[in-house]
Amino acid sequence: MNKKVNLRLLIEMFITFFKIGAFTFGGGYAMIPLIEREVISNKGWIKDEEEIIDVFAVAESIPGAIAINSSTFVGYKIAGRIGAVVAACGVILPSFIIITLIAAFFSKFQNNPIVKAAFMGIRSTVVALILMAAIKVGKKSIKDKISALICIVTIMLVLVLDIHAIFAILGGAMVGVIIYFSSPKKVAQITGKGDKGK
Amino acid sequence: MILLKLWFTFLKIGIFSFGGGYAMIPMIEKEIERNGWLSASEFFDIIAIAEMTPGPIAVNSATFVGYKAAGILGGLFATIGVSIPSLALILIISKYFFKFQNHPLKTTIFYGIRPVIAGLIATAAFFVSETAIFKKKLSMDLLVNIISQPLEVLNLESIFIFLVSLVALNKFKLHPILTIALSGVLGILLFFVF
Repeated sequence: MNKKVNLRLLIEMFITFFKIGAFTFGGGYAMIPLIEREVISNKGWIKDEEEIIDVFAVAESIPGAIAINSSTFVGYKIAGRIGAVVAACGVILPSFIIITLIAAFFSKFQNNPIVKAAFMGIRSTVVALILMAAIKVGKKSIKDKISALICIVTIMLVLVLDIHAIFAILGGAMVGVIIYFSSPKKVAQITGKGDKGK
Repeated sequence: MILLKLWFTFLKIGIFSFGGGYAMIPMIEKEIERNGWLSASEFFDIIAIAEMTPGPIAVNSATFVGYKAAGILGGLFATIGVSIPSLALILIISKYFFKFQNHPLKTTIFYGIRPVIAGLIATAAFFVSETAIFKKKLSMDLLVNIISQPLEVLNLESIFIFLVSLVALNKFKLHPILTIALSGVLGILLFFVF
């Protein structure tokens, strides 16, 4: 990373990520094509298409919001640590401003009977949206009996026993570690290297 | 003190959030309930608002919960908390992470975590339906009542809007924002006008 980091580049980065934050609806996944277009086609900050695909792969597999992860990582690639901080601030700030305004405003209206009725209706759509997201993630992640069992056990633990989600995540990770150390056959199957050799 | 508490709570949520905003819902719900920051139905309304406003759901909910609990500073501390894990991880480990990216242990750990995420998102749908589709909190009683006396526990208007939304989203590929607007109008018609 031999790029010279100057103030102009940082300001331009901040504005670009602010714009990305201000115009993406629907969370992190919706942001990915926008970042791609801005950073590669419009600004030419990253030359290699492959490089940005790697960024998104990492953004999905570390904790934290996907939008913040990918912006921070792209910022880091463009201008090092300071670039990461600038990109993160840029992408977060629009939501922060908009939600603060809404929160201040919403308190005045939330007891209005019409607003209440509207949100009562909207909650049904939220259930539908979340359910669809669950099915989408489920289709990608449930591939065999073990993963199906993990999913069902998670739902039972959280709904019936009121277990904190953190323990469910740690439990899932533990299952992965146990598989890694106890069943080379399963590892080969999961990583997709087993079938081809035989 | 409440600012630090907000910061730390959302830091914790940020560290354990894999797979985007919806998977965070059960965690945030538990924390706001434990700390009495806002009611569950207020929180679910923010999910709808987060869906309609730009930006990541994680940031939107952190800002909203923080603001409700302790004003603008509260929103700021919660937002910083939820963002720090991303920043820290990328600054500290990004150089090494690419090497680890294709390690089989990483693959098996995510093989274990991904179905948990799917499960957490499914439970988020249940939690929200407690304030919309069902009239009571989910329990064994409720499940029995659904069969014996469905009208007592199910909200028919909500189920109607839920089905309309599913059809609109899946069959007609209506944009989520427009679907939310449509359900808001249906809500006003069904719960207020009639």
